[in-house]
Parts: sequence; C-alpha cells; structure tokens
Amino acid sequence: MIQINCPFCGKRDHNEFSYGGDGQIDYPSLDAVADIWHDAVFLRENVYGRQIETWQHLYGCRSWLLVERDTRTHEIFSVKLAHTDWQKLMEKNK
Amino acid sequence: MALQVTRFSAWNVIKNGFIGQKGWTRQWRDPKPRSKYDIVIIGGGLHGLATAYYLAKTFNLKNIAVLEKGWIGSGNAGRNTTIVRSNYMLKGNREFYEYSLKLWENLSHELNYNVMFSQRSHISLYHTPNALDAATRRYNIMRQTGSDAEIWSHNEIKKKIPHLNYANDARFPIHGALVQKRAGTARHDAVAWGYARAADTLGVDIIQQCEVTAIKRSSQKISSLETSRGNIRADKVAFAVAGNTSRLWQMAGLGNLPIESHKLQAFVTEPIKPLLDHVVVFGVAGAHFYISQSDKGGMVFGGDIDWYKSYAQKGNLPIVQDVAECALSLMPCLGRVKLLRHWSGVVDMSMDGSFFMCKSPLDNLYLNAGWNYGGFKASPASGWYFADLIANDRPNLVIQNHDLNRFKRGYHIDERGAGSDPKLHG
Repeated sequence: MIQINCPFCGKRDHNEFSYGGDGQIDYPSLDAVADIWHDAVFLRENVYGRQIETWQHLYGCRSWLLVERDTRTHEIFSVKLAHTDWQKLMEKNK
Repeated sequence: MALQVTRFSAWNVIKNGFIGQKGWTRQWRDPKPRSKYDIVIIGGGLHGLATAYYLAKTFNLKNIAVLEKGWIGSGNAGRNTTIVRSNYMLKGNREFYEYSLKLWENLSHELNYNVMFSQRSHISLYHTPNALDAATRRYNIMRQTGSDAEIWSHNEIKKKIPHLNYANDARFPIHGALVQKRAGTARHDAVAWGYARAADTLGVDIIQQCEVTAIKRSSQKISSLETSRGNIRADKVAFAVAGNTSRLWQMAGLGNLPIESHKLQAFVTEPIKPLLDHVVVFGVAGAHFYISQSDKGGMVFGGDIDWYKSYAQKGNLPIVQDVAECALSLMPCLGRVKLLRHWSGVVDMSMDGSFFMCKSPLDNLYLNAGWNYGGFKASPASGWYFADLIANDRPNLVIQNHDLNRFKRGYHIDERGAGSDPKLHG
C-alpha cells in the first residue's frame, strides 16, 4: 500500500486519495494554435522514474497535492499542497 | 537454419507412447543474434511473435528476428485473464476484433499447437432495463456486421448459471445479460509457445535475454539497435512492447506519445471442482469484475487498473479489496475459496482506450502499441495487420484510423465514451 503524507492530515493509505495525473504540464495560453494544445492535452512524457503528479485527498481534507513519486518503485519523496500560496503559508507556520 | 520440429498429431502421440516420449524435438531454437536482419521486431510477447509468424507465413518474408528482453511470454502474455471476445462497436475496432476472433477459431490448427481456445460464451450482466437497452445497441451493431450476439433474460441466466447472486435484496439485482457465444478463453502460454514454434519453424530468429539499450538513427531512419547482445542492424524495425512503448519511442528520439503506462492486476484461486463454464462480467456503478474458471479449476478474475501511472509489475491492495468485494457480491459461494496468486502487468493506456498500429515519423519504423487492458484477445489480428503494415508499408483500411494523429483530426475511437484520460479506459 502506498502511503501519502498529507500536509494537513498526516500519513494515510492511498485509497483515501484520488489520482489526478501529471503535475508538471505547462498549459499553453488560450490563444495558442491547436497543435500546441494537442501536445499539452494528448501527449504524455510517461516518466520512467521520479515524477511530480497530482493526488486529491478525497476522503480527508480534499486538498489537491503535488506528490513526487517513483513510477518504478512507488516510493514517495515529497508531498506538497498544489495551491502554492497555501503551501507557502504551511511552510511559514511550521 | 530452421529446426525440424515433430508435428503434433494423433499418430505422433501414439508413436511416442511406445518409444518413451523420445521422439519429440526441441520446440524452437536459441539462436545467436546476427548483425543484420531485414526486419527486427522488438518485443517477444504475443503481438511480436504473431507478427513474426504472419510476416513469414502469409507475406513470405525471410530474415526476421524477434528481440525479447526477458523470455518470450514473460510480460503481459502471462499476466492477463485470457478472455477472448469481439464485442466492440466502433468502426475499425469492430472489423479488427471480429477478424481476431475468426483467427482464434482456427488458431490451434493453424499453428499445429493446442491453444485450448474454448468458446464458452462471454456474458455481460446488466442491472437495469435502461442499461440493457443501451448495451443492446452495441450487440445489434455486432449482429449487423457478421458477429453473434444474444440477449438473455433474468430467468435464462439463472437457468444457465445457477450460482450467481439472484437475491432480490442484492445491491445490484441482475436484470438481464448480453451474450457473445463465440467468445471465451484460451491458454495464454500456449499462444506464445505456439506462435514462437510456428515462427521459428519458418526461420524466424527468436532472441531472448536481448534488451534494446540504445537506438541509433539518421534524420529519417533507424540505422542500428544497440542491445545487451551486441549491435543489430535492420532494414525495418517494429515496436511491439506494450507497457514500455514510451521508453523506446523516446529512446528513438521521437518525443512523447498519447500513452500512459498503468498496471492491471489479475487473480487466480486454488483449483476447485467445475463451477463456472462461462466468462461472466459484472460492471455497474464503478465496480468492474470479470471471472472465468481455468481448465485446471482455478477461478481466474480481475477488475480495474490501479489508477495511477506505474512501471512496477506489482499490484496494490485497494484493488485486491475492490475485486474481492465484487466477487462476493456476484458469487457469494466463493467466500471460502483461497486466493492462490495475484499478479500485475504494465499496460499502455491510450487517450481514447483504443490501440495504435501505424507508420511512424521515421521511414523504417512501425508502431504497435496502446492495447490498454485488452491486448490478449487482439493478438492474432494484431500480428496479422501489423505484418501487413510492415510488409506492404501502408496501413490496411481496417486500421487506417488507428494512427497517432487521430486526436489532431478529432477522430477519437472511444468505445466507452470516457474521454481523453488514460486511466478512465481501464
């Protein structure tokens, strides 16, 4: 069982969380040409190794999280709030 | 040099009974890789082996090699639930999977190898009249395009499969079912061995423990493959490595694919006496479960993918729990059966749940990928159409829309209508 250390709730089993997807896609501007949007929406780097991805603590605080995880081993290296201002606040109040 | 294999026949079985089984020969060779082939197929799974076989047999091509990083059939060929069906509805998929089922029907004879294809019926249960009506549309399309499909009422299912949960207070009472009688199961290892033996007999080199570590190319062509067993040059290169397609694609310097690697688990129980002689599928309100009984007696079943991207061939516990819950709500009689093994395979999940079989941006590279959770049933047709693509350097009309650019054209082949997120197609 993967365990994710939620910044609010602490370490919980991953079945409390819902998987989002890649956490590092740079979405183009709204007026970008269709080809650029195609690449952002449909193509995946499909990382073999460490990647940043989004999870939501659906059955907990409902926060969206950025999780750094190894796709080969499922080992987790860091968990942060996806909302950058909230993350800053959390770090400040630590 | 092809090997002279003893054919399987009643006469040879009887003869070998008298001579202490000494008349059987090695099933396929273990050749050293040569430095150059006309066609190199990367991936010694069912699709790669089938492709090699049809290239040699149907398209009369020679000088072909299959490279496999482990041993043949060690990937998803041995990690599935062996279900064969053709209940696909959308153009392209419909013809493709129907052709695959037709090839399955004659596969044991074609390969002179018993793949134990058992047409035991594939039964999809439905739990409301509306769901049955919606699915009936799919089965009507199947009937109008040369396939078989039936609708069974609650009472008919109860007569055929008496031990499902028919209680009125079941969480999802069974209302009816859609049935494809020609569908069923096959012995997965035998399919790998059968294709390997038949391809080898036709002179194909099957090279195991040979992992591609780098791909050398010019601007328009792959010039050679660096492998763990030396450099290999090839006029044509074909990828059939579902699960690891993105890695090879990037190794060839071709960027990103519309694919994510996910893992799919399956389970088998201890062998029990004959209980279920159909494939039964239960899928309602987010639950997903399919079950059949192997010839050895084990109940073989599976459910959804694990939902998060992974290259690890190991499953996780929440799915074990989901699947066990489904098993008990559908067949309460399984409550005391012990789980024997469970396993996990890495699958290419594509953006619309359909596969890719197409030419690539390079002149001599061909792609076979994106089989989602359903590559086993596709193996024979995948081999045939991929061989046709490689041999003739153009896609067959049936697979012409299964290309990488279909999302640019807005041509999604999305059987489920789930949308452009790979994890939703499991």
